[in-house]
Amino acid sequence: MKKTLVCISCPVGCRLTVSTEEDGSLCVTGNLCARGEEYGREEALSPKRVVTATAPIDSSTRRRIPVKTDGFLPREMINGLLTEIYRLTVAPPVEAGDVLIENFKESGINVVATRSIRE
Amino acid sequence: MISRNFDVLVIGGGSAGLAAAESIADNGFSVAVADRENYLGGILNQCIHNGFGLHEYGEDLTGPEYAQRCIEKIGKRKNIEVFLETTINHAEETPDGMVLYGFSRSLGIIRLSTRGLVLAMGCRERNRGNIGIPGTRPAGVFTAGLAQRLVNIDGYVPGKEVVLVGSGDIGLIMARRMTWVGSKVLAVVEIQPYPSGLARNISQCIDDFGIPLYLSHVISRIRGKDRVEGVDVTPRVNGILNHEETFTLKCDTLLLSVGLIPDNELSKKLGVELNPQTGGPVVDADLMTSRPGVFACGNVLHVHDLVDSVSAEARRCGTAVCNYLREEERGEQGDAVAGSNIRYVIPGKFRPGRKMVFTMRPLIVKNKAELKISQGKKPVCTRRLVHVQPSEMISITVDLDGAETKRGPLEFHLH
Repeated sequence: MKKTLVCISCPVGCRLTVSTEEDGSLCVTGNLCARGEEYGREEALSPKRVVTATAPIDSSTRRRIPVKTDGFLPREMINGLLTEIYRLTVAPPVEAGDVLIENFKESGINVVATRSIRE
Repeated sequence: MISRNFDVLVIGGGSAGLAAAESIADNGFSVAVADRENYLGGILNQCIHNGFGLHEYGEDLTGPEYAQRCIEKIGKRKNIEVFLETTINHAEETPDGMVLYGFSRSLGIIRLSTRGLVLAMGCRERNRGNIGIPGTRPAGVFTAGLAQRLVNIDGYVPGKEVVLVGSGDIGLIMARRMTWVGSKVLAVVEIQPYPSGLARNISQCIDDFGIPLYLSHVISRIRGKDRVEGVDVTPRVNGILNHEETFTLKCDTLLLSVGLIPDNELSKKLGVELNPQTGGPVVDADLMTSRPGVFACGNVLHVHDLVDSVSAEARRCGTAVCNYLREEERGEQGDAVAGSNIRYVIPGKFRPGRKMVFTMRPLIVKNKAELKISQGKKPVCTRRLVHVQPSEMISITVDLDGAETKRGPLEFHLH
């Protein structure tokens, strides 16, 4: 197997080539740093993404609260997570970093607020 | 009418205004920050995606998180006063400084007298009028940033079937955002033969969702009476539209991501001279405009691609404002000019004997480029750059110890 990818770890956007060696291990080339190697390996086996979205909030000042996953979530779980985020009813006060969804479907990934909304 | 006096007034409470205010307050001066919105942080608040702060904080932050850090630093300082929902719209010169008038939602008309002024109003988006798309004028045509605000701040979804014009990063980010709120993004249409956004955004914002990217194509017509019903897409061959190959995409929404313009309406009222290359004020080595005491930083000066470089520039501006208030000797300045393969250099002046940061936009795409800075025939310094492209600003620190104004302009050449 041989795959070409663009690394999304930083703005440089290295063009990676991921190939399977004879012994079954993965070899990543084209990366300028260690994050590229890790991204290439993960992307070939099970692509993951950070998800950012907004959830409704019952606040006198704001209509939406921005949120993110606190790590990389498998791509196939993203739509299910978004549905859950949009169904949330968040009530202030919320501090940036507060967990709004804990360990989504046993993925080990939490959804946290990225903005403090206190009233 | 409420009348107040400050050492410095900062117009705009986004990343530039907040960093400038912070550095001015740290030098012991009183600062007022005026912003038209009812929150600080500016456009960062609607940029809910990650990718901010890698240089400033060594962390991957979302826009609201980056904004919150800027806001918290301001909150800790006693000599900064914030005026929210306040629009500054008039200025008068006085013998010892200037007086600015504005409208505040809570205070009514306010009068702020100040010795120093920092322009930090940011930029706005080019729109349909700027690129002249033919067709009817139905509802459903938005700029990408406006759509981003509607979705992320106000909680509205502007449309169900979306076509995007322009492949800049804001457009790509919005293609993913619209998909993630349940809309269908049918295509991204780009006039150039190459995408203008970062490769990683092409990958994670449109390739992930199978959204087609039409390079060398334009929107040649908007269809629909009350609401957008579709757009005609035409390929461009050697700069000429090939109408025989035109096809129609049925959609209800068109989002435009076709560039940003520094927002200098107020600067014009102040009589500040503008630079046609950047759309921002002409500034000297201290980021001071053609009007003494009026400074500029951030996207109102020139459009940046990273907020980190906005914060850094705004701090340099803040320091320069403090030197101005202390009436430090300003010294002589020479011109800093864009040479081969450089579109513009900011600031357009240099001061000998100093270490200065210059930011510039390259005109070329190249790996292993070399930036040569010289004065006449005398080289000042040379920098090797791993990769240059027009969408990535170059920022370098130059030691001007050996430079002299009488030797002519400081030239920046990229090869």
